Amino acid sequence: MTANVTRAVGAPTVSGPVVTEDPVHQDAGASPGVGVVQGTATALGPPVPPSTADRSASPGTAGERENRSLWTTLRLWTTRAAPRDRVPGAPSPSRLAARTDRKAFKPRRPRLGPGRRIPGGALLGPFLLLAAWAAGSATGVLDPRVLSAPWTVVTTVGDLIANGRLQDNLATSAERFAYGLVLGVAIGTVLALVSGLSRWGEAVLDGPIQIKRAVPSLALLPLLILWLGIGEGMKITTIVLGVLIPVYIHTHNGLRGIDSRYAELAETVDLGHAAFIRRVILPGALPGFLLGLRFAVTSAWLSLVVVEQINSTSGIGYMMELARTYGQTDVIVVGLVLYGVLGLLSDGAVRLVQRRALSWRRTLAG
Amino acid sequence: MATHPGGLTVDAPAVRIRDLDRSFGEHRVLDGLNLTLHKGEFVALLGRSGSGKSTLLRALAGLDYDVHGTGEINVPGKVSVVFQDSRLLPWQRILDNVLLGLKAPDARRRGLAALAEVGLAGRERAWPNELSGGEQQRVALARSLVREPELLLADEPFGALDALTRRRMHGLLRELYRRHRPAVLLVTHDVDEAIALADRVLILHKGHIAAEQAVDLDGERGPGDRDFARIRARLLAALGVGADDDKDGT
Repeated sequence: MTANVTRAVGAPTVSGPVVTEDPVHQDAGASPGVGVVQGTATALGPPVPPSTADRSASPGTAGERENRSLWTTLRLWTTRAAPRDRVPGAPSPSRLAARTDRKAFKPRRPRLGPGRRIPGGALLGPFLLLAAWAAGSATGVLDPRVLSAPWTVVTTVGDLIANGRLQDNLATSAERFAYGLVLGVAIGTVLALVSGLSRWGEAVLDGPIQIKRAVPSLALLPLLILWLGIGEGMKITTIVLGVLIPVYIHTHNGLRGIDSRYAELAETVDLGHAAFIRRVILPGALPGFLLGLRFAVTSAWLSLVVVEQINSTSGIGYMMELARTYGQTDVIVVGLVLYGVLGLLSDGAVRLVQRRALSWRRTLAG
Repeated sequence: MATHPGGLTVDAPAVRIRDLDRSFGEHRVLDGLNLTLHKGEFVALLGRSGSGKSTLLRALAGLDYDVHGTGEINVPGKVSVVFQDSRLLPWQRILDNVLLGLKAPDARRRGLAALAEVGLAGRERAWPNELSGGEQQRVALARSLVREPELLLADEPFGALDALTRRRMHGLLRELYRRHRPAVLLVTHDVDEAIALADRVLILHKGHIAAEQAVDLDGERGPGDRDFARIRARLLAALGVGADDDKDGT
């Protein structure tokens, strides 16, 4: 049968209308125009205009008419898909014909992928949120004691900059963040290298680090305060502990994931140990390290927030904590926005480094 | 490694293997294998899968760590290996891949010359990912040749390439061999490839060299040639494959 040939060649959607044929059939069977409809549907003859004949045979209800119009469209599709009056043994339809068929059927098939990207779509959600906030504040639905209006927050930023509080606290926070991140990344990387490059190193280091990973850094805070007091040392140590774990985990994973065939290659070209680490191990572990760095940056901000809100006398977290005692929601919001912006900026910076450093990779993300 | 200190004398063989045994656990892969390769000789090693071809090649390359075995292996000092996969470091540009581990004052110039020889002049700044499979394998060839090896070990180097590219690579390898004259041991499971490239074909069976066939063809070597067909039939018989079974040349 020619219809079958077309299906096999490349129009799987042909099965669509064929399936829908059945319910139409049954519906039609209940209607007065039984004979006509069934006759044309089963006999695969030339496309007699069945619907017109049908309509003239019986007035039919609205539902039936709908069925019939569906049937007409169906009829149109099937005839377009496969010319049924083709004699068996006639040359099978060309590839091109199958292509056009598929095109004709395209609207029948729902698209499964998410579709095309919305231009500027990333900003839509935040914008809607901001709009809702502004609307809530303007109409008085949002009590300023619950959440200050956006414009209050803007003027508060101006005030905080004018009296220098914002800059001072931001500088303190940034300093803690930087110390914690740099130290944590350095320690995490060294640990990952030792553990990734030597079996002994792995045996000794990996266990304790996995245990530390299971204990949230913030749960160690009481102990750290007892040991180190409430000064800068405790704060930076807390951040370091939070940072080194993701750096270690992902760098170690990257190291272990390097194809052992590269080690074989390095042996055949007589690469020395130092050159092997420099040319194969470090670049091979770089994707893992950079992924770890992204997590580390997030983790550093998180730890910073917590240590600054406990026993602190400076920093953004302190500023927010102080605002809480005075009920200044605008200052709290300023702190939140600040954390958000800083988090986004630092993540963006790491991603930029990632794109530069991994330009040899051609991934789907581009 | 060489037993003869003057390993570069004219009649000294490039490779000599005596009574080589290799086994994985209870399974004996190589069993009393003897093999001699002359300098500048192109030898193909044929065998069914599991016959120990790769084990032998890895023994020659010094890559068999966790294998138990005895025997005597003499190989020249400069050995290069071409693997089935091109094994380029994806994070190094093409030229850096070619020069990997090469310590020579004029390394860069030699690397560029080697790339030009394999037809990739001007691509030295490309990333391996940007090249096709055939081009990547040509880079691997350049990486082997830039070291001016006395022995080139090739483990099914064209096995992952499509048939057309493979034919072109045969021509290239033959040309490079003619120019540099290393001893070559080509491991393959493709009878036609062995005849097209090698001067001598060995058949590895049950852990030792079971048969040997000189390929005394000159000029164009193609399956249409009568001598080619004769050699092919003999090799297939030695491999225990009827000509009818051999549909895809394996």
